[in-house]
Amino acid sequence: MSIKPPPSNWFQAPSGNERLWIGLALMWCLIMFVMMPFWHLRGQQNSTGEAYAISPRDFQAQVEQFVERNQVGSEGHDPIVEPPPGGDAYLLARMWSWYPILQLQAGETYRLHISSLDIQHGFSLLPMNMNFQIIPGYDHVLTITPQAPGEYTIVCNEFCGIDHHRMIGKIIVK
Amino acid sequence: MNAADITNPASPGNNPESNPYALNESSRARTCDTTKLPVCFDAQRFIRLNAVLAVVFLLVGGIAALLLALTRWQTVHLLPADWFYRILTLHGFNMLIFWILFFEVAILYFCCTSLINARLYSRKVAWVSFGMMAAGALMVNGIILAGKADVLLTSYLPLLAHPLFYLGIIFMAVGTLIGVFNFFATLFMARRHKTYEGSVPLVTFGATAAAIIAVVTLLHGAIVMIPTFTYSMGWTAQPDPMWYRMIWWGLGHMSQQVNVCAMVAVWYLVATLAVGAKPLNEAVCRSAFVLYILFINIASAHHLLVDPGVGATWKIWNTSYAMYLAVLASMIHGFTVPASVEVAMRTKGYIKGIFGWVANLPWRNPAFSAVVLSLVIFGFIGGITGVTLGTQQINIIAHNTLRIPGHFHATVVGGTTLAFMGLAYYVVPLIFRRDYIWRSAARIQPWIFAGGITLMSFGMSFAGSMGVARRTWDIDPAGAVYGPPAHVMLGLAGIGGSLAFIGLLLFVLLTVGTLLFGRNNTGRAMESWGEPRDIGDAASVARKTDKEEHKTPGTLVLVLIFLAVFAVYYFANWKALADVWPVR
Ligand code: HEM
Ligand SMILES: [Cu+2]
Ligand SMILES: [Cu+2]
Repeated sequence: MSIKPPPSNWFQAPSGNERLWIGLALMWCLIMFVMMPFWHLRGQQNSTGEAYAISPRDFQAQVEQFVERNQVGSEGHDPIVEPPPGGDAYLLARMWSWYPILQLQAGETYRLHISSLDIQHGFSLLPMNMNFQIIPGYDHVLTITPQAPGEYTIVCNEFCGIDHHRMIGKIIVK
Repeated sequence: MNAADITNPASPGNNPESNPYALNESSRARTCDTTKLPVCFDAQRFIRLNAVLAVVFLLVGGIAALLLALTRWQTVHLLPADWFYRILTLHGFNMLIFWILFFEVAILYFCCTSLINARLYSRKVAWVSFGMMAAGALMVNGIILAGKADVLLTSYLPLLAHPLFYLGIIFMAVGTLIGVFNFFATLFMARRHKTYEGSVPLVTFGATAAAIIAVVTLLHGAIVMIPTFTYSMGWTAQPDPMWYRMIWWGLGHMSQQVNVCAMVAVWYLVATLAVGAKPLNEAVCRSAFVLYILFINIASAHHLLVDPGVGATWKIWNTSYAMYLAVLASMIHGFTVPASVEVAMRTKGYIKGIFGWVANLPWRNPAFSAVVLSLVIFGFIGGITGVTLGTQQINIIAHNTLRIPGHFHATVVGGTTLAFMGLAYYVVPLIFRRDYIWRSAARIQPWIFAGGITLMSFGMSFAGSMGVARRTWDIDPAGAVYGPPAHVMLGLAGIGGSLAFIGLLLFVLLTVGTLLFGRNNTGRAMESWGEPRDIGDAASVARKTDKEEHKTPGTLVLVLIFLAVFAVYYFANWKALADVWPVR
């Protein structure tokens, strides 16, 4: 009875099916653990959390400089900016936009710096559905390699105020 | 009788007949007419108060839930944006915090009195706890509805709410902590004055595990909420947002482990009440509870898997401690609970084949069906998705999408909430002493709620796999990235959510209706929900079960199916991850 004190000899080793199941479950738990370090060595998709402390003001200045140096066009009010292949790219999150529009080359690897000017935002790259947290004061660096050419959408997936659902950005891959 | 008892002035001395701490000898207690357990009048009063308030908050959260489900269903899109986020905040607090915590305090008071024959340590302390919790909850709800705290459950800094919002949360946390203190004090007095023999029952042990984790959890709450409160008053500087996330999830995640512990304790309790189940091996069940206590401490890490500033090694270590022992604990309970039921049924004579016992289970008992559904939904949906989404790299394709609410509505709603609803089908007759009205509706209520939540969870999970974000009022500004399939999934989630709401409303109506109009059962056993009869002649059963007693082939098949489903889902997610852009 689980609602009565147990008999005094309650402490016994598991046996039969119960022991079998505990063994199987433990093995499965170990497999699940091993997968994570394994993927760091062999897999291509990892979140290392690489980040640097930076004030929102300084980050904004870096983004402006990046845009000035590398702008290749514009769409509406938004500059389209193409970083040097293999170089650093900057993306600013703020209520409620992503700035600027990035233009990247497929197959090249970029160091993509993302930070926020105000509150927390969520970087969600569609349609791949890749998601990273963006926090003011932290320059979050994603070392990322775009694959197929096309237009990709960034949505914000951390609640950031009344127009959160309108915080949409774009990445163009050539 | 040992030395401590003789030297202890408060001890009743060597006359065990007059132990003032033992319920069965106290005038402030009664004997339950159904279970013959002693019931402490003080505990009974506070179980009633806490349970009633819990159900009130469940209703508030439920109405909010319906509004949310009908808003995220893009075709209906009921609320305006500001009210969507306000109601979402209201929903999170009333469900996850108020409904769950008030009900858990009621469970704790039951487990530390009736089950170990002890009287509640202090009525005054219980009043203070109840008063603080109620005041805190009212403050939080008032501020949210006044539109001064549209910050959602997590209230991530630098989002800022009205100071009274944080103060309300602090009240709630401290009030709960005081209730937990009352629980421990009762346990301590019971042990010291020997109100029971040997070890505490398994259900009390599980409740104790929950209470221990609750203390650590609520301390995290204090650590994070107090500086946030002083910041909101303008007295101190803003805490670092990343620090806030880490400590907040120490509160937010660990409290989920409290819920799991309490839920598992309820599984064991209801299995005992409904079919007379008894654990095969108490040591295994108890060790599994201990694993929860030891290996959950910084599992808040799995909320920070794609955060900046915390490294991969830290993330991997703290999600798994190298062997996922908290997950192991749940997998053990997932075996021991059905196995105990299987053995109980086989002992009653239902020995046909592997699954003969399953057909003869008391499916018409709503408490029992609620617990079975809770176990299945928690394990097959909530557990499998939770461990997979909490895998360090897989989180990249899940973080902050609707996959997350799809997961936790299968744990804390389909699991914990449903188990608590099931328990209510005994609490009301046994503690409030009223038999349920409209019993045929009660018998189907768990199925409606479970069906609705399952459907909603599927809809949310698939929408999330297509990239639909959680906590988002409208997905159409994103343009064509969300095609018709995503809209269909949101529709399914909306339909499932509405169905779950009907199940929830039915539960509240039945329970409140019973409190008002149910037949009083004082002086007789509660009207039975129906129990499996003993079949077959005792002699042949005895012959059979002698050999078969500890054989649990049915349960073994079930858990093996579970493991297969788990493995398929887990590796399918690695495959999906391998298809996205390389990133590090
Ligand atoms: C009728 C039952 C329920 C329905 C239809 C329902 C529906 C929903 C919906 C539609 C959301 C919003 C998802 C989003 O857009 O991000 C949500 C969020 C949530 N629900 Fe429920 N829910 C129900 C019951 C519960 C219960 C019983 C609990 C807890 C015990 C719960 C806890 C939560 C939490 C914690 C959130 C997230 C709040 C936030 O993001 O701040 N829900 N629910
Ligand atoms: Cu945003
Ligand atoms: Cu946002």
